[in-house]
Amino acid sequence: MSEKKVVYPYIPNSNPDVQKEMMAFVGAKDLWELYEEIPEALRYKERLNIPEAILDEFNIKKHTEKVLSQNINCSEYTSFLGAGCAQHFIPAVVDEITTRGEWLTAYGAESWADHGKYQAFFEYNSMLAELLETEVTSVPQYDGGQSVATAIAMSTRINGRQKVLLPELMNPTHRSIVENYMDSVQDKLKVDIEYVKADPATGTIDMADLRAKLDETVAAVVVENPGFLGILEENLEEIGAIAKQAGAEYIVYVDPISLGVLEAPANLGATITCGDLHSLGLHLSGGNGQAGFISTQGDAKYVTNYKDFLHSLVEPEVEGEYVFGNVLIERTHYAQRAFGNEYTGTGTNLWMISAAVYMALMGPQGMEDVGRAILYNSQYAAKQISEIPGVKLRFDGPFFQEFVVDFNMAGKSVANINRALLEKGIFGGFDLSRDFPALGQSALYCVTEVTTKEEIDRLVDALRAIVEPTRS
Amino acid sequence: MDQDYKKLLRNFHQARWDEPIIFEMSTPGERGVLVPAASAEVQAAVGDEAAIIPESLRRKAKPALPEVGQMRVNRHYMRLSQQTLGNDVSVDIGQGTCTMKYSPKVQEHLVRSNPDIADIHPLQDESTMQGLLQIYHETEKYMKEISGMDAFSFQPGGGAHAIYTNALIVRNYFEDKGEDRDEIVTTIFSHPADAGAPATCGYKVIDLMQDNELGYPTLEAFKEALSEKTAAVFITNPEDTGIFNPRIAEYVQAAHDVGALAVYDQANVNGIMGITRAKEAGFDLIHYNLHKTFSSPHGGMGPGVGALGATRELEPYLPVPQVKFDGEKYYLDCGLEKTVGKVRSFFGNAAILVRVYMWIRSLGPEGIREAALCSVLNNQYTVKKVSAIPGVTMYYADGIRRIEQCRYSWEQLKEDTGLGTEDVTRRLVDYGMEHYWQSHHPHIVPEPFTLEPTESYSKKDLDEFIAVLQQISWEAYNDPDIIRTAPHNAPVHGIKNYYETDPEKIMCSWRQYLKKTAK
Repeated sequence: MSEKKVVYPYIPNSNPDVQKEMMAFVGAKDLWELYEEIPEALRYKERLNIPEAILDEFNIKKHTEKVLSQNINCSEYTSFLGAGCAQHFIPAVVDEITTRGEWLTAYGAESWADHGKYQAFFEYNSMLAELLETEVTSVPQYDGGQSVATAIAMSTRINGRQKVLLPELMNPTHRSIVENYMDSVQDKLKVDIEYVKADPATGTIDMADLRAKLDETVAAVVVENPGFLGILEENLEEIGAIAKQAGAEYIVYVDPISLGVLEAPANLGATITCGDLHSLGLHLSGGNGQAGFISTQGDAKYVTNYKDFLHSLVEPEVEGEYVFGNVLIERTHYAQRAFGNEYTGTGTNLWMISAAVYMALMGPQGMEDVGRAILYNSQYAAKQISEIPGVKLRFDGPFFQEFVVDFNMAGKSVANINRALLEKGIFGGFDLSRDFPALGQSALYCVTEVTTKEEIDRLVDALRAIVEPTRS
Repeated sequence: MDQDYKKLLRNFHQARWDEPIIFEMSTPGERGVLVPAASAEVQAAVGDEAAIIPESLRRKAKPALPEVGQMRVNRHYMRLSQQTLGNDVSVDIGQGTCTMKYSPKVQEHLVRSNPDIADIHPLQDESTMQGLLQIYHETEKYMKEISGMDAFSFQPGGGAHAIYTNALIVRNYFEDKGEDRDEIVTTIFSHPADAGAPATCGYKVIDLMQDNELGYPTLEAFKEALSEKTAAVFITNPEDTGIFNPRIAEYVQAAHDVGALAVYDQANVNGIMGITRAKEAGFDLIHYNLHKTFSSPHGGMGPGVGALGATRELEPYLPVPQVKFDGEKYYLDCGLEKTVGKVRSFFGNAAILVRVYMWIRSLGPEGIREAALCSVLNNQYTVKKVSAIPGVTMYYADGIRRIEQCRYSWEQLKEDTGLGTEDVTRRLVDYGMEHYWQSHHPHIVPEPFTLEPTESYSKKDLDEFIAVLQQISWEAYNDPDIIRTAPHNAPVHGIKNYYETDPEKIMCSWRQYLKKTAK
């Protein structure tokens, strides 16, 4: 017996001498005396049934690497997956800064000791505002889906209406998040959701259906640009005009990396712009690199309806210093418990740092360049793919980065095609058959600035070999 | 060496770079980075790129982002990071309720650089994510063992998000049962999200006040608030006060007796891991904050994971997808029968699961319990010392051992010197401490502050933090001006309107600042 007690490097007072001294100081003879408030019946005295410790850091790393090595990653294979999580170029400085321990291990301290953190947050707000042509942004939400849900909740608070119009072809995950969020235990708080049809040829909003559904009971019209399926909404400005006429808020969901080449929705009538920060310097990380944003102009009706913390330049005691505050806090449940604007809490603040550094590095020209590279590469890929017999593009309008490939005449299901592509080292496009049954066997292909011509050509060759065209 | 080892105080000054806002650093034409361009062949094949975008959608004026060369961008953000006192550079036992612990660097290095996590797309074929899915599945097993619950979801992106998701489950559960229950009972010392998140689902929330001797509501008061309208109770134990309610199982039973569910906010389970479990107390739903107790860093408020645990009966309501194992391979199950659907895109914050897996594996059964034990020992040590500092008092449950944290009061100091908790926290940074957490609202304990010295801190760290509080107390009684004019050694000085309430006065972006300050 009497094995030597382990001193854990992450638990300094596991050192037996120090522990003994401290136990004596607090007047406890053994572990359970520290927990004398916990009644016998609630004490868990068994040994936890979890694996034995891998005590040293070398071996824990080696073990975890081995488990993870069963994965195949997007650096090994060529990926055409997007669907809200596209692979982009991430400048080294973004990683250099984001992984600094100071940000990683900070939490909610006030502005004087964490001044740098708040300045970085403010700069994030400021640069995003330039990209979006807005003025105000709160700290980010869990993901783009939450940003849409909260943008809608903001609208209902602003105009007191309880119906919202969403696009039929919207991101299916967001759809689920929004439907949950708009439901309520109390009938009188429920927000009705209606879906506006898409034009079958272009995938854009069916304007006649929109006009038919839009009236003075609608709190907000929501549009995605580009849409989940990559589609560009040609009538973006017109939709805004008719939403305004009906007194509704106009919520536009964007992919921020498109905004070097696409007009900021706020310049086309959007009153609330939202989206996901993913494309601004966040890694794929199995879906860890997601964060929602919401942004508006500075009118009181908007700023008082955000749910999350708002950081702002405020007045310094010493003239000339920039200092930052946590403003309009009485909106939040931190101040009001059940009576705040929705709930808030730990979200995705670290990704503000990544996005800030990304935007600062890119500058106006970088944003334009990346947008152009995506347009060229994705157009090229779509064109090549559409020339494969048995394969065509589902929609014929303009798109950004992603496009729907129709395999209904390919003689094979998307699942089978993707399995065959996998054998050739390619992750094929996202299979849409489950979420969009009306599209049949279709897949969403994503091509960005990091996709090379060689990779696209290899995909096209592979598809050509895999599909077995059927006659229509 | 300037540290006074007798008094344990150091002669500290934080970095003060007087750093401009990035827009002020801009020089037209400078570039921070060049972007990979489409190849010439691609461009030639596509033709005119301008024609791809309809004229009505084409950006007319470039975004007015700053134009700064790469070295200056790097230096600027490096300096801003130096003006931030995270737990890596400061002893953050002050941030009570937040469980600031050491996030092992080996975990950080792995998740940031290993392409088998960093470059995994969440929609990849399951056969190519077996390692990651195994980590999900294994971590779920450990969580089940630590809590006694039957199933976990790692979808929620934070603690409040898990509370919200629990409220969704409660809502769907009673809808299925056809019972019309629209009230939630919680306690005033539980996290504000325990009130705010159920309210977001439409629930009417009853916040129960504490009994002034116990520090939490009496069982009688609790029972009185319950009725056939109660859908669930959302409670914490121990609460922010660090006081453990020994009759918790009776409270849970009382909720069950009226047909309500019992939801346990275990955001911070640090002090009781391997010591007492949610299952034995009878809870139906729980959550753990993996970015608190389970070592993932807080990231300035996220990303996090609120790991949501459920009983067998409520498992079918969990968000999708769930990671399952069929005996041969791991897969994502989207077909849970009564699922509340999606609450977060893909399958949550995967890189956090990798960290948590590593942390639990590196400690094992003994280490997990040792972490809990040391966090409680550190707290009781701190309680004994801090409560002896002039001006400090403790509220409620006199003589009762606190678990992992404690809420104190500077009420006496305020009475004696006119200086209160706000003043003390402003002075902390002058000695190299980031800050301390006062209290969630409302401030029922007057002039509150909450310390949580997790197992990560050595006795020497505790002694230093306590010495700083002692010194500030001494200053309050003997040299109060130095506190009134604090901070002195931070990147900036005082702030007049930190919690500005006038929407007209806020300046959330550089362009709004320029607009509002234009003369």
